[in-house]
Amino acid sequence: MVLLFILLPLFEMVSQPSWNDLRETIADEEVRSAIFLSLTCSASAAAISFIFGTPMAYLLARTDFTGKKVVESMIDLPIMIPHPVIGIAILSLSGRNHWLGQFFQDIGIQLLGTKTGIITVLTFVALPFYINTAKAGFQAVPCRLEQVARSLGAGQSATFFRITVPLTWRHMITGFIMSMARAISEFGAVVIVAYHPMIAPVLMYERFTAYGLKYSQPVAVWLILICLVLFLLLRVVSSPIGKKN
Amino acid sequence: MIRINQLTYQFPNFTLGPIDLHIEQQEFFILLGPTGSGKTVILESIAGLQKPHSGDIFLFGKDVTRVAPENRQVGIVYQDQALFPHLTVQENIEFGLRYQKNKTKASKAVLAGIIDTLGLARHLKKSTTKLSGGEKQRVALARALAIQPQVLLLDEPLSAIDPCFRSDIQRLLRQLHETLPTTFLMVTHDFNEAFYLADTVGVISKGILEQTGTVEEVFQRPKNKAVGEFVGMQNIFTPQREGRSLYFAGLRIDAEKTSEGRNVGLRPEDITVGTTHSFPDGFMVGRGILQSMTLQGFGCEMTIDCEGSTFLVHGDKGNIRDKGLTIGEQIYLGFHPDAVHYF
Repeated sequence: MVLLFILLPLFEMVSQPSWNDLRETIADEEVRSAIFLSLTCSASAAAISFIFGTPMAYLLARTDFTGKKVVESMIDLPIMIPHPVIGIAILSLSGRNHWLGQFFQDIGIQLLGTKTGIITVLTFVALPFYINTAKAGFQAVPCRLEQVARSLGAGQSATFFRITVPLTWRHMITGFIMSMARAISEFGAVVIVAYHPMIAPVLMYERFTAYGLKYSQPVAVWLILICLVLFLLLRVVSSPIGKKN
Repeated sequence: MIRINQLTYQFPNFTLGPIDLHIEQQEFFILLGPTGSGKTVILESIAGLQKPHSGDIFLFGKDVTRVAPENRQVGIVYQDQALFPHLTVQENIEFGLRYQKNKTKASKAVLAGIIDTLGLARHLKKSTTKLSGGEKQRVALARALAIQPQVLLLDEPLSAIDPCFRSDIQRLLRQLHETLPTTFLMVTHDFNEAFYLADTVGVISKGILEQTGTVEEVFQRPKNKAVGEFVGMQNIFTPQREGRSLYFAGLRIDAEKTSEGRNVGLRPEDITVGTTHSFPDGFMVGRGILQSMTLQGFGCEMTIDCEGSTFLVHGDKGNIRDKGLTIGEQIYLGFHPDAVHYF
């Protein structure tokens, strides 16, 4: 029943466009660049989440401090709040009226209507997915392994890279996939910060409102297919080798 | 040597210390105590894995209280081995070698010797997940010893191993201690391990180090009831004065050896039983009622009531069966006066 609920609308949408519609759509330069922009911006957001989220995830997994629950709730906030609100919040920060927006503009960083703006918004929504998955991975590594490594002469960073990372990298890749997947699906926040350059969900929305369902469906189908192949590849790479043995 | 001064820890539901401890170089020191008494915390504080609330730790004259674990030259072996699951046996053993400053041919020879002594040569290429409990413990030992530590800390290394492998590891520990210039500090709750391995022992209970001394001192002259119980004196009585003499369980004891309010203790295995009053000369002999008999492997555990005091006695199963004892029957128990400990 659950599977039917998930798969039926998707199957309906995928089966609607004809092969000719799909071929014409992918031949369209605007569609190709929108999908490419979606993928690259989402990958960038996942990469930023990986770089900044890994130390945060490790800190949350390994230490107890006053206000930890508050910090964890704050990290989960982007999951809960309506996405247009995220867009509005980032927009208000990046405007000339705000000191931070003024500062960014002074150093040549423009968020409104740029790739930088899209990546900022996507990182905002993707970060909790990476942090929570990586944190679960770090928590699964017994502290004792790290303690023994330290007693054998390995410093903190050597212990992290020789013990913790090899035992957590699958969680990290899963977190990367989850955060990238979340970023690709984002529409509400992006449409406020950067309608142009157009990412795939915004293009779908535009085609739907301007031309109707028939013109937006093939774009959606291509995005789903490309994402499916991409995530399948990442899952295969991150699955344990020789598990059956 | 290891010197601990006034070490304390405050946990939400537990306070450790203040602990003062002195362990000589190349000594085999065993810290005995029940689960939750704070043994592992002491071990981890020496390794630098726990930051004490207060107090100092000196290793070979150097204050290491604030020295990072990687700079202490202290190896640690845990009960659960804590082997690195993504590395082979050889990679586990050699993990710490790259951080050692003095990598010489001699140290490689020492490592080869350790691998040989621990019988690991044929397992080197294996994954650690394919090993038995005893083999895993050998790998953990080899890994800790490979860095040629000044101090080897052993956290209940025998308790998670099958009984059939336990004596092997015990023998190995003894052999390693005799051949290596390393100070061994082991924590356990099994006083038989201490009997076999230790030069000196300490008994810790509820975060307090109750007594330290040679095995002989602690086992023969426990400082108090808590230590006495822990080192196997399951028959502890407080003698009562009757006239000019002191008595327990109807038996008169030498008043010069103890005083009123102090305790006497007897190990269950030091007591023999019989249906008649036939014991070797000089034995202290009491009369009581056999209350229970429980067979335990090759032995038998009995409880005997002697004038309101209950004795626990361990005997040989065959020997007990030959005597044809029955519950509720009147029997005699006897022991040599030297088996009575005063504390």
